[in-house]
Amino acid sequence: MFGWLVWRDLILAWRRRADVLATLFFFIIVVSLFPLGIGPERETLRTIAPGVVWVAALLASMLSLGRIFGNDYQDGTLEQLLLTPQPAYLVVLAKVLAHWIVAELPLVVIAPVLGLQFGLSQNGLAIVVVSLLLGTPVLSVIGSVGAALTLGLRAANVLVALLVLPLYIPVLIFGSGAVQASVTGSSPQAWLLLLGATLIVSLVFAPWATSAALRISVE
Amino acid sequence: MLEVINLTCVRGTRRLFKELSFSAESGELVELRGPNGSGKTSLLRILCGLAMPAAGEVRWNGTRIRSLGEEYRGSVAYLGHQNAVKDELTAIENLRISSAVCGSALDKKEAQEILKRVGLTQQQNLPARVLSAGQRRRLAMTRLLTSKARLWILDEVLTSLDDAAMNLSREFISEHLKQDGIAIVATHQDLSLAAPRFQRLQLS
Amino acid sequence: MSKHRINWYKYAAPANFYPLAGKMIPVFAIPAAILFVVGLYVGFFVAPTDAVQGESYRILFIHVPAAWMGMFLYVLMAVYAGVGWAFNARLASMMATAIGPTGAIFTFISLVTGSLWGRPAWGVWWVWDARLTSTLILLFLYIGFISLQSSIDDWRRADRAGAVLALVGVVNVPIIYFSVQWWNSLHQGATITKSSFKMAPSMAAAMLILLGACWLYSIAVVLVRVRYIIREREQEAPWLAEATA
Repeated sequence: MFGWLVWRDLILAWRRRADVLATLFFFIIVVSLFPLGIGPERETLRTIAPGVVWVAALLASMLSLGRIFGNDYQDGTLEQLLLTPQPAYLVVLAKVLAHWIVAELPLVVIAPVLGLQFGLSQNGLAIVVVSLLLGTPVLSVIGSVGAALTLGLRAANVLVALLVLPLYIPVLIFGSGAVQASVTGSSPQAWLLLLGATLIVSLVFAPWATSAALRISVE
Repeated sequence: MLEVINLTCVRGTRRLFKELSFSAESGELVELRGPNGSGKTSLLRILCGLAMPAAGEVRWNGTRIRSLGEEYRGSVAYLGHQNAVKDELTAIENLRISSAVCGSALDKKEAQEILKRVGLTQQQNLPARVLSAGQRRRLAMTRLLTSKARLWILDEVLTSLDDAAMNLSREFISEHLKQDGIAIVATHQDLSLAAPRFQRLQLS
Repeated sequence: MSKHRINWYKYAAPANFYPLAGKMIPVFAIPAAILFVVGLYVGFFVAPTDAVQGESYRILFIHVPAAWMGMFLYVLMAVYAGVGWAFNARLASMMATAIGPTGAIFTFISLVTGSLWGRPAWGVWWVWDARLTSTLILLFLYIGFISLQSSIDDWRRADRAGAVLALVGVVNVPIIYFSVQWWNSLHQGATITKSSFKMAPSMAAAMLILLGACWLYSIAVVLVRVRYIIREREQEAPWLAEATA
């Protein structure tokens, strides 16, 4: 069941790949705006790079949150999913995994290229990738709570930002902290461990909240 | 057996129905009638476990459906207003994926067989986006055929169906009842079905 | 069933709680006003001038109780929302909804006073001090809760969605607090140093009196708001017509 659901979401995303690409280009454009706004001094860019990449990743993943459950909610598939004999926890996990593959993984892949524009060293680029790999699943799974709570509401897109962005703050701090540490030459290990811990804790607990929120919103 | 005990449903500040009780046994057809806004859909959603009643409870074989959880969901098939058909998928993909997600994967042959029964053989490789309303409804009905649910909960099952499709759904329901299934059907039209047991429930 | 339990259920019904709350409002509001006056008097006229910070430290008498209230009320709100959701207790959910704005206002006051205090202490209106930053995030959490509830028309859904959000928030508050603390210590940001500050007994007294005043005020205001919420949701209940007639 789990595999089929992930597979289904991947096919659906593939048939609507314009949506996926839009998120990716949003990420690229936002990151590229900073040098234009701040100036091309290499030192400055290197200092702000960790924050810029992470904040842009946060914003880009916000954009795609509505799609986790939105389409399924509108055409009635979501209620059918909640009526399957599987635990709702697994349904949520499958959808979150598919969302991560579709919306977050491309960001992780493209991030090193953007990092080059900011003059990050090879080591720095590696840490960008590792921290995003650990951190973006947290964004997906915590974001799913907000997406589920705002299903079918007016201005759901703005609302989801208000709900979810404050909860993203620890990920932002740990993720950009790791990159920053590698830029300044100290060890990013502690930051990455914290990110890993956040990932485990949020994967265990957030899907419960999401499935509860889905039941509330579908009613 | 399905038992409904003193069910009350409130929407906003309006009370839709109060202390509604009935029960349905194997092979029984419950026809749910009532004007628009009388709470038919709300009742059906409570019966599925999708919505919570303001008061009262629903029991399946003597146990409250809240505590049964997944076990109960495995014995219910719900066909709501919405078809739960994915526009981007073809008819056959829709059928195969939705039944696989429900836990009974179909191979291509089986899926084609089922589509043939609902008269969608020609359309099987078309994306659902281009199907007509009636064809989409037929596609949604395939969910009933693939599920092994004892309890069918059907909301306005005959809407946007042509005569042939209406007869088809009647045929499905009576087949289900013959196999000791239970069907609860909200409708505006007469079902005109011969059922081993029958009751009509009028909401006002 | 014990008598105690029956009694509790009686007042958990909005119909019985409504008149009770009406009677209780002055019981909390009047002492709150008195304590405010007393606390401010002690704070501004009795407490001695601080050797290092001069007179400006006195804003602390408002800042600290407000900051505490902001945090307490968030937890309290989450508890009420959780109880209301888990036990389908309407009154508890209404309490959570009523606490939200009060908590947000206290958090906002503590931010404003914190920044006013920062001006003489550090020469700038805002520093990314760990405590100020976490308070700012707490305000964001309140705003999320309030805007989620107010954009849902069906109040049953609003109650339960709010509960999920408040519980997720309350689990996250320690994580956020820790992460901000850590972030702050690594960036060597400014911190409000308590070491240079000696608390005289009259200062502690003023702070405690004002904290008490804030509590009583919160209870009174929440009761007022709960009565409004009951009136809105039970418009059609016959008991309400009798109660307000």
